[in-house]
Amino acid sequence: MEQGRPDLRTASALSPKGIKPARPAPPKKRDWSWRSQALRSLLYQVVALALVISAGYYLLGNTLENMRLRGIKSGFDFLVQPAGFGIGESIIPFDSSESYVKAFAVGVSNTLRVSALGIVLATLLGTFIGIGRLSRNFLLRSLCGAYVEFFRNVPLLLQLFIWYFILTETLPTIEEALKPLPGVFFSKNGLQFPIPLWADGHALTLAGMSLGLVLAVWWGRQSRRHFEASGQLRPVALPALALLAGLGLLGWLLGGSPAALDIPESTELNVVGGGSLTPEYMTVLMGLTVYTAAYIAEIVRGGIQAVPFGQHEASSALGLSRGMEVRLVLLPQALRVIIPPMTSQYLNLTKNSSLAVAVGYPDLVSISTTSLNQTGRAIECIAIIMACYLTLSLLTSWFMNAYNRRSLLKER
Amino acid sequence: MNLSKLSTLAAAVAAVATLSATPAHAGKTIDAIKARGQVICGVNPSLPGFAAADSQGNWTGFDIDICKAITATLLSDVTKVKWTPLNASQRFAALQSGEIDVLSRNTTWTLTRDASLGLNFTGVTYYDGQGFMVTKKSKITSAKQLKGATVCVQSGTTTEKNLADYSKAMNLNMKPVVFETQEATNKAYFTGRCQVYTTDASGLASVRNKEATNPADHVILPDLISKEPLGPSVRRGDDEWFAIVKWVVFALIEAEEYGITQANVDQMKSSTDPVVQRILGTSEDTGKLLGLDKDWAYRAIKAVGNYGEMFERNLGPNSTLKLPRGANNLWSKGGLIYAPPVR
Amino acid sequence: MSSQPFVFEPIASRAPPRPVGGLLPWVRRNLFDGWTNILTTLLLLLLLALALPPMFQWGLMHAVFGADNAACRAAEHHGACWGVVAEKYRLIFFGRYPYEQQWRPMVACALMVGAIAASCYRPFWRAWLLGLWALVLALFFVLMKGGLVGLVAVETARWGGFPLTVMLATLSLLIAFPLAILVALGRQSHMAGIRTLCVLYVELVRGVPLISVLFMASFMLPLFMPQGSTIDVLLRVLIGMTLFTAAYLAEVVRGGLQALPKGQIEAAQSLGLGYWQTTRKVVLPQALRLVVPATMNTFIGAFKDTSLVTIVSLYDLTGALQLALGDADWRKFFFEGQLFVAAIYFVFCYAMSRYSLWIERHLNTGTRRE
Repeated sequence: MEQGRPDLRTASALSPKGIKPARPAPPKKRDWSWRSQALRSLLYQVVALALVISAGYYLLGNTLENMRLRGIKSGFDFLVQPAGFGIGESIIPFDSSESYVKAFAVGVSNTLRVSALGIVLATLLGTFIGIGRLSRNFLLRSLCGAYVEFFRNVPLLLQLFIWYFILTETLPTIEEALKPLPGVFFSKNGLQFPIPLWADGHALTLAGMSLGLVLAVWWGRQSRRHFEASGQLRPVALPALALLAGLGLLGWLLGGSPAALDIPESTELNVVGGGSLTPEYMTVLMGLTVYTAAYIAEIVRGGIQAVPFGQHEASSALGLSRGMEVRLVLLPQALRVIIPPMTSQYLNLTKNSSLAVAVGYPDLVSISTTSLNQTGRAIECIAIIMACYLTLSLLTSWFMNAYNRRSLLKER
Repeated sequence: MNLSKLSTLAAAVAAVATLSATPAHAGKTIDAIKARGQVICGVNPSLPGFAAADSQGNWTGFDIDICKAITATLLSDVTKVKWTPLNASQRFAALQSGEIDVLSRNTTWTLTRDASLGLNFTGVTYYDGQGFMVTKKSKITSAKQLKGATVCVQSGTTTEKNLADYSKAMNLNMKPVVFETQEATNKAYFTGRCQVYTTDASGLASVRNKEATNPADHVILPDLISKEPLGPSVRRGDDEWFAIVKWVVFALIEAEEYGITQANVDQMKSSTDPVVQRILGTSEDTGKLLGLDKDWAYRAIKAVGNYGEMFERNLGPNSTLKLPRGANNLWSKGGLIYAPPVR
Repeated sequence: MSSQPFVFEPIASRAPPRPVGGLLPWVRRNLFDGWTNILTTLLLLLLLALALPPMFQWGLMHAVFGADNAACRAAEHHGACWGVVAEKYRLIFFGRYPYEQQWRPMVACALMVGAIAASCYRPFWRAWLLGLWALVLALFFVLMKGGLVGLVAVETARWGGFPLTVMLATLSLLIAFPLAILVALGRQSHMAGIRTLCVLYVELVRGVPLISVLFMASFMLPLFMPQGSTIDVLLRVLIGMTLFTAAYLAEVVRGGLQALPKGQIEAAQSLGLGYWQTTRKVVLPQALRLVVPATMNTFIGAFKDTSLVTIVSLYDLTGALQLALGDADWRKFFFEGQLFVAAIYFVFCYAMSRYSLWIERHLNTGTRRE
């Protein structure tokens, strides 16, 4: 008998008759009678699955029959054939004699190239505009509000067309290109600029920067632990930046400080060499950035406004400076509300980059459509597009769910 | 849940199960056309000279005339045709699916298209080649000078592949900018985004006329980098329709060879030349073998004239394109246009 | 004790407090409140002073309003050419619809927009609204397609411009909404089979871009049909858009269903209501009311997404603009045309977002959190 717990099995003041011992539970009986819910739910599921499967069978049967009748070939064997077409821009060198698989890989790389930079720029721009909408200054508030309203209410395709028109109509031709800096050309062919030539020393630079990143993360962890133990804040941002830049610089110096640049030069018809951003790339990038930033601005504004005003009052009462208040009180709570819709906006940006096919940027959908037209394998090419985007979406959903689980408020 | 609802469900399942029977058997195109009372012809949305519609919706052009001839032969009435404009990516799918009966859309005859897309090309109506168009200001006179140039090209065409092949072979490293629609491609070239525009040489002439603010500012380079035999195509599996489309075109060519024109076809009916008599059906009925009547070729020639007239009207000196006959002249005059005898 | 009466001597009154209302205090508070604020205001005023007058001059003062190509070219870089709108507005609004019959799409559009406006007005939310919609849809199709009552038949391939945008948006939303509710309910279901089907559908469709769904619809739907039958081009696109919108709406409705307290369902069950009765009378009214903002966002998104049919060569408002400016003479003034079409979209989408705010306030009077 435990301390302090009355034994209810025997009669006492609390339970005059005592408690009867429990009967064994009755056996679980699945009721399969005509009108039971179990039978009905099974029936519904069977019927639904049967409908879906038979519809699928019918459509598949039709498709196979149609393809046989029309002599359309099918299968993924075309992927190893040489593509036969060139691709206007890519970071992986591509030649028309390489296979379709390589062409699709170039398409995916182009999509990621514009999406990654677009996500970064849109987040920065969107955050500024979202915070601007909460400013005390009326002009700033109105201008940011006008920005959000305008860019959210016009379709993205139309915005892309307008950007493309501006870039191709107003810029001069390559012969009369603008040269703001030596080696930089800005014309209808895009922006061409010098880039560093890859030398062995650069590997050391990258190694230095990675080491700097690792050390910066470690420093961040250390300062957080110190803060939780002692309440003293340590600067994190500046030292992290210093570590990253400093170790990178050290690596570069150790590598022999390679400084050779690949400078674009004008030939008869074109400007060759150096790095280039085509008007198509710039159109898609700017269009996506500006459009998604409008949505991100609203999300950021909603997140900041979701933090109760009492939190601000409490931080002032505690004597926290504005910077400390933002960092320790406002941001963690706001981020919890901001991150899930922000992640879905990132996903939207990546999916919206598929509109690049309308302005001639060779992303995944554009290359897939070209392959579809050249080989006639419509189903296979569309399946590839859908598989790639589906993978990206599922990865993002998985990440978002993991983040949500971790950051859930642990309530009673 | 009572018995009646369950039985309704069961009936629904049974109905769906019967629907998954094998699909219908293949229909014959000619029967479908006669039942519909109309030939559905797939054409280019806008390529003046080959196919273009005015604001009233009247279509004119070389490919249009071929379809009109086919319609006149089969249905005796040139107006019983429906024009379906299709862009480069939609054209083959539309033909395969049965949406159109014949594709007369300046389409190049290649092995891949003939063998793997479920179509049959009926013959060549225009021997063309792929060319380049540049601005006069660029002072380029030959395709070999196009090193590193940006080229505007439309997706889904043989043009893309030929450009890549030529660029590789001549080591020119040309950079393609690929668009989905013809309008976007044209716009990009004429705003100056690309330095070069490439498509079939006849298409270049047409686009230059239609879209350039000043056609004299643009030069079509003389080099032709590929063979582009253009011709109509039909679906596989329908030999009768294939034969009709093929022989209508041959009849028009034979008509030019033997001097039958739209103006004199009625008088030619009383000609004594045995070849002319055979073509126009006065001596023997060749139409019966095709499933038509004996006046089949007569109707075709009466509707659009012979091959030469079709060419002159749409593409030749009387038109805005002013293309030379060149390879598209009769074999007897040094060209490649040759029809098997209609007998 | 003094015999003098107590004389109340008030202290000198203080000066009145600074006024909070009125224009000057407002300006001080909102524009010149602190150094950063003053700097921002001055900077923004400078930017506006640099940007607005040239825009005003270009857009209004030196602009050419008539359909005069020569005048437009003369004013090319320092005046807008709104004449391009005056010249091409019929092509932009109606696409390739036959010229003499263009009164039909105009009337059809007006009817559709009228029906939408009527549906926004709360006193009209009665059963007869459904009848009105059925009538308006039937009239719309009769007017556009023709072939009956003496109207010339016009095939669907020639429909374009604004009627196409409105039709695609409205029809896809009308069909997608009930479908989305069913899918959302299915996703909450206890039956594993139905739940899996719904989850698969939603995740598959939401994970791919709309353009790939449209490509699939236009290239693959014809293959799904038995040999000999064809499916109309417009119908293919409509099916693609409906399936896509339904998946997004299903997620929105699911959010509402999840936010509903479980007690409501338990109370309904204890009252003896069956599943469908509970859903119809208790769950859906509350759940849908909770997600009005997100639903209206999806509606606005669907309206904007109709512009994507340009890529499958259907000439909606955006596509008809591309078509209109294939004309070499007017091609330079593409920008003004694009601004015009952007303004049309803006007006409609902004009106919808304002309406969304209004209806959210209107419907949520019981649950508003200040």
